[in-house]
Amino acid sequence: MKQTLVVLVDDKPGILNRISSMFRRRNFNIESLVVGSSETPGISRMTIVANEPDSTKRGNIYFNLLNLVNVISVEDITSLPCINREYVLIKIHAGSGKWSSIGEVTKNNGARIVDMGKGSVIIEAAGEEKAITELIENLSQFNIKEIMRTGKIAMRIGVSQDSDNIVSESQEDAAHWAEKKIISYFNS
Amino acid sequence: MGNSTSKKVLTGAEIIWECLLQEKVSVVFGYPGGAILPAYDALTKYKDQIHHVLTRHEQGATHMADGYARASGKVGVAIATSGPGATNMITGLATAMMDSSPIVCITGQVSRSVIGSDAFQEIDISGIAMPITKHSYLIMDIRELASTIHEAFYVAKTGRPGPVLIDIPKDVQNESIEFVYPTSRIELPGYYLPQSPLENQVKSAVELIDDAKKPIIFAGHGVLLSGASSEIIELSEKSGVPIATTLLGIGSVPDSHPLVLGMMGMHGEAWVNRAIQEADLIIACGMRFDDRVTGNLKTYSPHSKKIHIDIDLSEFNKNVHVDLPVHCDVKIFLKALNPQIRENNHRSWLKSISIWQQDSHQRDIIKTGSTTLMGAQVIRKIWEGTKGDAIVVTDVGQHQMLEAQYFNHEKPRTLITSGGLGTMGFSLPAGIGASFYGSDKEVWIIVGDGSIQMTIMELATAVQEHVNINIAIINNGYLGMVRQWQQMFYDARYAETPISSPDYVKVSEAYGLSGQRVTHIDEILPAMKQAQHVNGPSLIEFVVEQHDMVYPMVPSGADLHQMIYRPYNNNSDILKQVKEEAVK
Ligand SMILES: Cc1ncc(C[n+]2csc(CCOP(=O)(O)OP(=O)(O)O)c2C)c(N)n1
Repeated sequence: MKQTLVVLVDDKPGILNRISSMFRRRNFNIESLVVGSSETPGISRMTIVANEPDSTKRGNIYFNLLNLVNVISVEDITSLPCINREYVLIKIHAGSGKWSSIGEVTKNNGARIVDMGKGSVIIEAAGEEKAITELIENLSQFNIKEIMRTGKIAMRIGVSQDSDNIVSESQEDAAHWAEKKIISYFNS
Repeated sequence: MGNSTSKKVLTGAEIIWECLLQEKVSVVFGYPGGAILPAYDALTKYKDQIHHVLTRHEQGATHMADGYARASGKVGVAIATSGPGATNMITGLATAMMDSSPIVCITGQVSRSVIGSDAFQEIDISGIAMPITKHSYLIMDIRELASTIHEAFYVAKTGRPGPVLIDIPKDVQNESIEFVYPTSRIELPGYYLPQSPLENQVKSAVELIDDAKKPIIFAGHGVLLSGASSEIIELSEKSGVPIATTLLGIGSVPDSHPLVLGMMGMHGEAWVNRAIQEADLIIACGMRFDDRVTGNLKTYSPHSKKIHIDIDLSEFNKNVHVDLPVHCDVKIFLKALNPQIRENNHRSWLKSISIWQQDSHQRDIIKTGSTTLMGAQVIRKIWEGTKGDAIVVTDVGQHQMLEAQYFNHEKPRTLITSGGLGTMGFSLPAGIGASFYGSDKEVWIIVGDGSIQMTIMELATAVQEHVNINIAIINNGYLGMVRQWQQMFYDARYAETPISSPDYVKVSEAYGLSGQRVTHIDEILPAMKQAQHVNGPSLIEFVVEQHDMVYPMVPSGADLHQMIYRPYNNNSDILKQVKEEAVK
């Protein structure tokens, strides 16, 4: 199963390097990594999708991320209710004769044509990973020349609670928090 | 501290030294160059308060800082210029990282305006160092200089300690700003240090320990780092559970204690490994189940439940599945645990272990009666000649394992060795660094003829600094440990392991230290006496049997209980057997 992690990091130079260096060093697989600014200045939010089926390994990834000094919090939302989205741009080489059939497939898949020019069409879509993959499959009958996927971004549904992802102030709480995390990965 | 009342405008270069003073640094190890020149120039004003040791190579500076840190428990500091000075620090940073040693390395960087232009001696050291440091900084704003240095020391020494690198551009060193040293608590959200033991975890541990029939305690480097020696002994004595140590755990518990079994792992004691394989409970304290300790993971201690107490969350279930991961400082947790466990003595379990112990005495090469020196004999004599009361710093190879086997350590921080990275060339500089701790213990550096030649130039540092160190070169004419593997696993084809040496007595003379050569067992103690009387560095070359092996041994990846024992028969000429084995 894929593991989805939402990571808050200090927006310091080299932070991306630190994260990817850790994944590479530990031989963990990153499937996608999206980073952008968050609601707080100086702090970025990342969505990282890792491909590790084993729960123990996923725990290792979680705690190794947390160990990085510039990482503020890590939330593993793999099995929590959340909104998952990916955005894609697809370029198809096609003369005007193909435009209507491309338009039909696009529309049926809930995507949009955003550019039609000399010999090429660009389609955009936002949706769950599966829907994007389906769209690409359905368009594969045409002459696809470029695909640009962003990778997944994700957000938990409901009112946000800091207590779940940030180590809290009181040491007692922090110890319980760590134990809860340990149990969630290693006692299943 | 309250030092920041008087307003001082200082240069970045001066701020570096002011910060080190605030961190109570009294000695730094370094090497100057262009990009760090402002800092060195400012050092002239701080000469009375901070002693700078000029090394002969920046790798040496990092190992010295490391050796100092391991001997003292304080943060060691190394300093170097940009480019090649910085890259020379890589091996030392990696060594400190693997062994959780707190050092801070300061490097000069080219000026900010030319960063990224491949300027002369520019290298992205904070980037290069990322995977081999606990953290690294590049300071692009003088306003962040003091707070970053403050934070760097905090990161290096708290939690699981480790090396931190601070890269400081030359123009930042030249700028000026009002100096204020931060005195407030360091705010690092997400940098979480466990403090309080959890009642339910203590309870679970107590249940496991009270129920166990064949339990064993592991003492790793974390026991030294958290200062938990007396707590772990208390646990052992009260519960009757014996203790095995890792290589870096040596010294955390007294070897002479009846419940201390000895070292585990590849060259550990056979009875220890056997006990681990038969145990029904492992209480692992501050160690990380390295492959040199576990052997084949699939067959590793198959019947045991495992309690793992560690301060680093990322260590749990990294190599070995554990039943009770306890995220806590070892000392804090044991303090909570000890009052609650039941008194016990595990008589029959200890009895079986002592029977296995008798079986494996045949490895005892020191009983050969041979007149050719054996490495093990030399180590044993050094133990005798120092009454075991010395800081021993080893290099990497057969002599390192022999030290672990034949030198009994009674006190914490008396063995300093590169365990995780296995860095040849570590011992001489690390030993020099350790000698700056200023303990009244003698410093003995035990080093192979291969290893000494990797960092031999630091002899000049030892002489210039007039440090009291004793260097024991165990000269077997080979890269011995590699030769051992070639003998065992490559049909005795000794590819590039015979290694020549200079005349070490003449080398000593040339460098200006006292040098001796010993070839006979009866000369060992007198030579040591002479070395001990020298005020300053002194060197003894021990010419030992070339083809000796370190036994017992678990071949890499083999089951822990399948050790290879010393194959010789004690009743006939062992030396002859050693030689026959080596050419077979
Ligand atoms: C920097 C470095 N290079 C290579 C090795 C591989 N290596 C491990 S032990 C060893 C031989 C060490 O020889 P020596 O210092 O003479 O010690 P001996 O084993 O003979 O006691 C070598 C080459 C290493 N550990 N470190």
